[in-house]
Amino acid sequence: MSVRRLAPKEVQPESFAFTAENLAWAEKTIAKYPPGRQASAVIPLLMRAQEQAGGWVSEPAMRYVGDMLGMAPIRVYEVATFYTQFQLQPVGKRAHIQVCGTTPCMLRGAGDLMKVCKSRIHEEPFHLSANGDFSWEEVECAGTCVNAPMVQVWKDVYEDLTPADLEKILDAFERGEHPASGPQNGRLTSAPVTGLRVLTSPELFDGSMVGQGAGLALAREALAAKAKGETAPAAPPPAAAAAAPPPPPKNDPAPAAAPAAKAVEAAGDADKEKPKKPVAPPPGGKPTDSTAE
Amino acid sequence: MAKIIVDDIELDVPPEFTLLQACEAAGAEIPRFCFHERLSIAGNCRMCLVEVKGGPPKPTASCAQNVRDLRPGPNGEPPVILTKSPMVKKAREGVMEFLLINHPLDCPICDQGGECDLQDQAMAYGVDTSRYAENKRAVEDKYIGPLIKTSMTRCIQCTRCVRFTTEVAGVAELGAIGRGEDMEITTYLEAALSSELQGNVADLCPVGALTQRPYAYHARPWELSKTESIDVMDAVGSNIRVDTRGREVMRVLPRLNEDVNEEWISDKTRYIWDGLKTQRLDRPYVRVNGKLKVASWPEAFAAIAAKVKAVPGNRIGGLVGDLASVEEAFALKSLLASLGSSNIDCRQDGAKLDPALGRASYLFNATIAGIEQADALLIIGSNPRLEASVLNARIRKRWLQGNFPIGLIGPHVDLTYPYDYLGAGSDTLTDLVNGGGFAEVLKGAQRPLILIGQGALARADGAAVLAQAARLAVAVGAVKEGWNGFSVLHTAASRVGALDIGAVPGEGGLDAVAMTNPGGVDVLFALGADEIDIAPGAFVVYLGTHGDRGAHRADVILPGAAYTEKSGTYVNTEGRVQVANRAAFPPGEAREDWAVLRALSDVVGHRLPFDSLAQLRAALYAAYPHLARLDHVTPADAAAVNALSSAGGTPASGPFASAVTDFYLTNPIARASAVMAECSALASSRHAAAAE
Repeated sequence: MSVRRLAPKEVQPESFAFTAENLAWAEKTIAKYPPGRQASAVIPLLMRAQEQAGGWVSEPAMRYVGDMLGMAPIRVYEVATFYTQFQLQPVGKRAHIQVCGTTPCMLRGAGDLMKVCKSRIHEEPFHLSANGDFSWEEVECAGTCVNAPMVQVWKDVYEDLTPADLEKILDAFERGEHPASGPQNGRLTSAPVTGLRVLTSPELFDGSMVGQGAGLALAREALAAKAKGETAPAAPPPAAAAAAPPPPPKNDPAPAAAPAAKAVEAAGDADKEKPKKPVAPPPGGKPTDSTAE
Repeated sequence: MAKIIVDDIELDVPPEFTLLQACEAAGAEIPRFCFHERLSIAGNCRMCLVEVKGGPPKPTASCAQNVRDLRPGPNGEPPVILTKSPMVKKAREGVMEFLLINHPLDCPICDQGGECDLQDQAMAYGVDTSRYAENKRAVEDKYIGPLIKTSMTRCIQCTRCVRFTTEVAGVAELGAIGRGEDMEITTYLEAALSSELQGNVADLCPVGALTQRPYAYHARPWELSKTESIDVMDAVGSNIRVDTRGREVMRVLPRLNEDVNEEWISDKTRYIWDGLKTQRLDRPYVRVNGKLKVASWPEAFAAIAAKVKAVPGNRIGGLVGDLASVEEAFALKSLLASLGSSNIDCRQDGAKLDPALGRASYLFNATIAGIEQADALLIIGSNPRLEASVLNARIRKRWLQGNFPIGLIGPHVDLTYPYDYLGAGSDTLTDLVNGGGFAEVLKGAQRPLILIGQGALARADGAAVLAQAARLAVAVGAVKEGWNGFSVLHTAASRVGALDIGAVPGEGGLDAVAMTNPGGVDVLFALGADEIDIAPGAFVVYLGTHGDRGAHRADVILPGAAYTEKSGTYVNTEGRVQVANRAAFPPGEAREDWAVLRALSDVVGHRLPFDSLAQLRAALYAAYPHLARLDHVTPADAAAVNALSSAGGTPASGPFASAVTDFYLTNPIARASAVMAECSALASSRHAAAAE
């Protein structure tokens, strides 16, 4: 990490203001916080300002957000310089490449990706490429370690990269396209690279099993039984038994044996209600489910 | 109260005490950098680590944990704090080593050297060598104004300065940007601080990162003689320490006085000292053929005697300036009385305050510390931020505690705390007296405080405004048993003392305006009176320190001693009698003012009955016994306010002006100071920018 400073005066815009749409969004965001705590909205607002301004936070934007939230500009400045997610210098117009450089990505070849960035964009991070389209930086873990190495561009992540993949992605951005995000080696999300080992049956995915689960069938039966009438069944359906409160703790004073009918009734009640947390037996040691069977 | 054992000493402390306070109560010394009694707790320097049994099993930052958070032992034993255990020593040594990793060891060229917390504590917890072989961090110096010099590589990020400016000074301008190793203290876009209290950050800084720019490389603390004294830049009477080397005042620092200035002083108080060295009057002058010529003392006295003896007593008058001590005002009053004159006035600004109305009519009766007991405040015709910055910080402190409605009648200014703006002038005050609005807020309060500034009183109808304010105070219950909220805020250090000794026109006497008008008096003694224009015609004898407005008008100039060069009594706005001590000697042939007046009295044939300061004081104390009670506020009889409230008179409508327009240039010493001139220029450019 290095010292983060505001961009020089020459590149700072004259002024900043939210678009009407962002302004409405900002007002809603500020309203989420209790009165007097509007300053809490500084991070989301700064982020939205960064998105609107093409990926970086300018000095007028900080003042604008500060004014909006009734904060002194220095307080906004503190926040913007603290979080490295806020870019204080202009970034590439087409893409700002954030290469993850934390251990798993480094082990899987993030260094090679950075070499690509250095040769194609700029030798130094946070510098614009010659045409101003690109910039890059090394960031800390972006959270897709299973698919290392990765880069993040705006809100998309490109995973399982080789230097050639990154070149292709950069080419696509250069053409003005939006390359498909996600793993670039054909794997499904973060599933094993060698292919799935479980959940491999095709019918799991063709829709034919919808509603066919065994547990679901039993539940339906139970519902149907209940719909027929409140007459107590000889034995509660398995689902109901599962829903009954668990046995009391061992050190409970010896529970008085209750009549069988009552126990069944209790089970029925339990069935009516949602399963709930075990509760201490009522004083007097009335019915417990130890006798339900 | 909670029982706690600190280093084998068992004691009872309030449960809300921090461990650090508890340790101090037990007499243990805890090193610290970020902790400060008057600021919020940051807990980021980690120097105050202690070992706690009954707390987490690791060194604990004692500044950031309360006694009530500790657990008793298994058998109910009180929690135990160890401040000298090996664990504590090792932990603090570790913290110190980390602090020193990035600290440049440039003490030989650092202005803080010799009075540096880091230096001192490194003696106790530092090691003699560094294990750190890598490059040290270097930080660009920031510009934060003409008063504070920065050397940010030395900063240890304690954030005391950030907390002070935000909490006490009330200007959110300093901040900590970046993070971790790259954290830096700066203002937004390196703008100059706008606070009148900013000099205090140099005192708060535990290292040499923020030092006093005007004092940079001037002296070492161990070369300086320290004299405890009283400030005269405003009527607060801040307690100061004047540091001198030889005859020269090198700097002014605050002294702790909980009842007056706590431990803050304003920038004017602190950085005035270069004004003590320039534009000084160091020998007598006599105007000959329209030009001031250097003269000897006997020549100057002879010129005065010739004039004085030629006119009747009632054609002689005296003005007491804003920086005069009680002794010289008393001497002047005695001299004029012996000459048969009752023309004397200490109210250059024409404030309609009169000791005949009773002492309570012109004192800050609630006392400065009493502001913290108040629960509602009405400010009438005053800008306390400029008129009494330290007192304003006290109001802000009270406001931060909550439930403190504040109303303001007068100029709409930034006071560093929000207030209800009620109106600009006397009409609003009359409305309040008739009830309703903010008057109801004051009525609902237990201890309402009515603060009346000189801006409301220094006008033709000032007496009516004062009476109106007293009516309001009585109507809202601000004057009652145990609480007198009727408080006049003065701007001149000499004013209350001079009013106490009755330095106002006697029977048939002329006041300041009448004396200075054309044809007012024939001979006018101006005792450091620089804030008033004297019409041509009168023969003016100016006794003062600086070649300022008063000296330019003078026919005879007698060089006097500035407040650091004499022992003098000053009574602050709340009526506290304090004595300023001599730290240096007056330059050249200048003498202490009372002695000049005594010598002059001999020449004019009315020898004053005292030959030494002690005799003068004996006479003064005999006449005004309350002045003998130093460092003490003699409460004034509140009946005066009740009597005042029944006085008639309706103020003319019109807005109240502020008594202080340029904070940095209110007196001759300040106007002679280059530092104050720079601050004033900066403030006016900031003012102009804000107006755009």
